[in-house]
Amino acid sequence: MARMLEDKNRIFKNLYNDFGSDLKSAKARGDWSNTRDICKKGREWIIKEIKDSQLRGRGGAGFPTGLKWSFAPKDVGARPHYLVINADESEPGTCKDRDILRFEPHKLIEGCLIASYAVNAHTCYIYIRGEYISEGEKLQKAIDEAYKDGLLGKDSAGTGWNLDIYIHYGAGAYICGEETALLESLEGKKGQPRLKPPFPALIGLYGCPTIINNVETISVVPTILRRGANWFSSLGRERNTGTKIYCISGNVNNPCNVEEEMGVPLKDLIEKHAGGVVGGWDNLKAVIPGGSSMPLLPKQICDTIKMDFDACVENKTGLGTAGIVVINNDQDIIKCMARIARFYKHESCGQCTPCREGSGWMWRMLERMAKGEASREEVDMLMDVTKQIEGHTICAFGEGSSWPVQGLLRHFKKEIEERNNFNPLVNTGQKNPYLVDQHLLEKENA
Amino acid sequence: MSIKKISKEQPENFQFDNKSIEIAKKIISNYPEGKQQSAVMALLYIAQRQNNNWIPLAAMKYIAKFLKMPYIKVYEVATFYTMYNLAPVGEYFFQVCTTTPCMLRGAYKLVDVCKSKISKDENKISSDGKISWMEVECLGACVNAPMLQINDNYFEDLDQKKLEQIIVNIQKGHKIQPGSYKGRKSSEPENNRITLMDGKNA
Repeated sequence: MARMLEDKNRIFKNLYNDFGSDLKSAKARGDWSNTRDICKKGREWIIKEIKDSQLRGRGGAGFPTGLKWSFAPKDVGARPHYLVINADESEPGTCKDRDILRFEPHKLIEGCLIASYAVNAHTCYIYIRGEYISEGEKLQKAIDEAYKDGLLGKDSAGTGWNLDIYIHYGAGAYICGEETALLESLEGKKGQPRLKPPFPALIGLYGCPTIINNVETISVVPTILRRGANWFSSLGRERNTGTKIYCISGNVNNPCNVEEEMGVPLKDLIEKHAGGVVGGWDNLKAVIPGGSSMPLLPKQICDTIKMDFDACVENKTGLGTAGIVVINNDQDIIKCMARIARFYKHESCGQCTPCREGSGWMWRMLERMAKGEASREEVDMLMDVTKQIEGHTICAFGEGSSWPVQGLLRHFKKEIEERNNFNPLVNTGQKNPYLVDQHLLEKENA
Repeated sequence: MSIKKISKEQPENFQFDNKSIEIAKKIISNYPEGKQQSAVMALLYIAQRQNNNWIPLAAMKYIAKFLKMPYIKVYEVATFYTMYNLAPVGEYFFQVCTTTPCMLRGAYKLVDVCKSKISKDENKISSDGKISWMEVECLGACVNAPMLQINDNYFEDLDQKKLEQIIVNIQKGHKIQPGSYKGRKSSEPENNRITLMDGKNA
């Protein structure tokens, strides 16, 4: 087994709330200690340091953070700049931002100040999912403490920069975690994603330049700047640096959140930290490595895979939010994925037809397949439906809903076919528009 | 997209009380001038809180005037987001997470408890008028599964017996304790911690 990350290299020392989340305890852990000096080194230095650290966004897409910040216009024109923090954590299997909001709020607030300074924003909105009511209250308490201590408001923390932070609550829509849907929601509309381009860095909130970052991304920024880009990039490997909070849920003995080095073996996370698979490692069926939108991995890949962005892509999945959902042999894998398909059907915003119709279609087919009521030919039809959704929608929700189904078909097609193995009602070639989907008969039009 | 039922019985009028107006004005001031529409989501919450946890159509009309925006735009927002209740719910509103991570750890057993102890159907208030329940999608507490939300709070690491006890406590009028029902204070691994050892011994 690989070496474990040493405690001294962990960023979130209060991940388990051993010390308290108030300002005094946060300061004792080193937060806010030299924010002024960091900002005095200038915007270019901050952005370059973040670029050098090779920090990639922790919200799912893994976009390089320093690069994103550099897209903000260098000078403020007629339109003000905004920083928006995405705390709309709703990806099934993910609950890391929740712990930052309630136990390490000052890391986030300090990160907001530094990032706002770097991208020339005087206003920062933190968009929290509506269900996180007590987490929001804890964050608000921390913000109030910071204002009182002169760390926010006019001349925040002696940096000479004015910053106001406001919390905006969502109201139970997964799609608002998509950055442009989040902006729509912030503007008081229903959360339906916008077409890109224009990208939010130029035309975002209220038509103004807006940088949107995940909670975890922003919360690690102060520590990176304090300990140096070299320290951060010495952890993990090239392009996959630093530490990450992994959430391990499902059929494990001790489900938990844990901060580990990028590239930690999946097996270590499950066996060492989460107390192993229920029924032992050999009872493992599959793992969803990065929140429900990422394709699942069968046991033989789980034996060896390392958890970072590039290793996951090599195995045709993604690190996503690092929400690891463990499924063992006691579960019906088709039923599990049918439930995920139901989630996507429920959460589709309804703007694009392929996603609105397709997500429900996939769910209904999977439900029937779980019961063994689908015909042999429908298995391929299901794959076809996923392909019609993927890449044909405004936002990445289309991929998010079709990838898990594709993952199931990639690794467990045999199991579906064994269960659903009767002849279809109509043989192909015999055109019957009432019983067969037309587009499958006319393949050239598909 | 979720299907939302709008209550057939609607009050004629709705307006904010003084406390609500005060909170509403404070929230509107969080947004730039002329962008008061941004506050619509927060104002819907305020209305919901003031009106026994559900939003009547009259409140949407009131908010539309309050923010100088078309009524249909408020209606659109209220029907799009799932957390706005457009029909009465129980004094204790149970939202049971049943998405895959919770399902793997027995969320549907909690649903069975709700069905037998509260009401057979979702969104139907129990016979004593105190509780209603519904299935919801991922609430973002997956390592503390299975869990549910009652009003503002999360109840984590549950099982059938513990949920039954919570329901009994509500029926008897006792206070219910939010948080983990396995004694965890966070999302640390139970009995098995090997990280942040300074904190463990602190």
